[in-house]
Amino acid sequence: MDADISLTVDGQSHDLRVDTRTTLLDALREHLHITSPKKGCDHGQCGSCTVLLSGRRVVSCLVLAVAAEGAEVTTAAGLGRDGRPHRVQQALVEHDGLQCGYCTPGQVCSAVGVLDEAAAGWPSAVTPPGAGGDGGPALTAAEIRERMSGNLCRCGAYAGIVAAVEEAARPAGEAPAAPAPRGGGR
Amino acid sequence: MKPFDYRRASDAAGAAALVAEHPGAAFLGGGTNLVDHMKLGVAAPDMLVDITHLPMDRVEALPEGEGGVSIGANVRNSEAAAHPLVRERYPVLSQALLSGASGQLRNAATTGGNLLQRTRCVYFQDTGTPCNKREPGSGCSALEGYQRYHAVFGASPDCVATHPSDMAVALVALDARVVVTDAAGGERRIPVAELHRLPGEAPEQDTVLSRGDLITAVELPEMPMAARARYRKIRDRASFAFALVSAAVGLELAADGTVADVRIALGGVAHKPWRALLAEEALRGSAATEAGFAAAAEAELSEARPLPGNVFKLELVRAAVTETLGEVAAELRGEGEL
Repeated sequence: MDADISLTVDGQSHDLRVDTRTTLLDALREHLHITSPKKGCDHGQCGSCTVLLSGRRVVSCLVLAVAAEGAEVTTAAGLGRDGRPHRVQQALVEHDGLQCGYCTPGQVCSAVGVLDEAAAGWPSAVTPPGAGGDGGPALTAAEIRERMSGNLCRCGAYAGIVAAVEEAARPAGEAPAAPAPRGGGR
Repeated sequence: MKPFDYRRASDAAGAAALVAEHPGAAFLGGGTNLVDHMKLGVAAPDMLVDITHLPMDRVEALPEGEGGVSIGANVRNSEAAAHPLVRERYPVLSQALLSGASGQLRNAATTGGNLLQRTRCVYFQDTGTPCNKREPGSGCSALEGYQRYHAVFGASPDCVATHPSDMAVALVALDARVVVTDAAGGERRIPVAELHRLPGEAPEQDTVLSRGDLITAVELPEMPMAARARYRKIRDRASFAFALVSAAVGLELAADGTVADVRIALGGVAHKPWRALLAEEALRGSAATEAGFAAAAEAELSEARPLPGNVFKLELVRAAVTETLGEVAAELRGEGEL
């Protein structure tokens, strides 16, 4: 059964007809040929399809396109401005936060979501109860590992990913407390 | 995946009626469990009634006198966990929510959907194997199979699956209730502790709800011990894994240091969030000591019937109950923060 839907992806609006069984991920990749979100497990476990849906990070493989009708979607390809990468993307490059790169667009969208969630004061499982109410919990390495646990990296670039997100979370101009860890066990 | 008709519901009673009229229909919330199960062939609805646009998306204080907080069924797990009313009055619920799934899934999964998620028993999710819950009468593959995530309390020869929710465990400890709208437009309230069933001879029925019944909200009553209640989850890895055993624990101490009241709910051990009534019974009026807590855990474990593949859970129940009670008691006595 088909449905006509409209989506705004990375600032551009699209009208498309999809089978109701189509996921948002497949609508993006197969219908709109927007291939930045990757299909890894297709079951919500690996995070490589992560996009920002109305500003919130979700796995697009478990969202039905028809249920996302009218929504605004941001992929990793739509995060840069004026030809410059988003600060999360820049930090991943600088910290070697990738090897093959397949999980990277998902890592990027997830990390951008993490920064927004922390700025909104959202706690995580490792935030002590009652802490982090004003200004948001500090994004320590432990906080980042917990908050990014929905994004797997089979190359094992986690050390670089954590360092990159720490840097992206740091207010501009503030120096790191210690030299950033390098590499991912390569 | 089987083709299906998609409907966007505009009112709760209408959505309930639509699902009640169509035997193949299902409510669609965040979809994080249902869409996955549709891909796997575990669920095959021919109509999805999308309820996410219904106005059930608020966390609010219940009217004065009634105390407590209401969480709309469409409130996303991440929003519920972060809401100031939940964090201040029911931190155990925030902890339980945050210990489940991943950031992306919590942003999509809803309060109602979390309660109605289905077991992650590997055989239930594998259509190539017999499973009484998925296909009544076909048999239970777990009885002689992989049992690590399976029940030690209240199972039956037909099903040894566990309910996977962390949130529901905290809700049971908090005496929460669900508000349900039925197909006739009526409304009723059911304690979360009575929402889920034990498998018995009908493991295909997870809950006491009838076709078309729609959960519109979860209500948390005022409860003095809630502000210091805590959640402990034991799992195979530090994040993004289901519980092997979890415990939501609330404690109220009398002036003489004995246990005035207590709530203990366990996750990962039964077909439903398991209220540890025997442990609670053993504790009320007794000394709030480590020995007392351990004795309470033993009282509950007298009812345990582990499978060969999950005997280890008994020690985890012992540890989760004893240590979490100890932490809450220490905090109540002002012996430092957790």
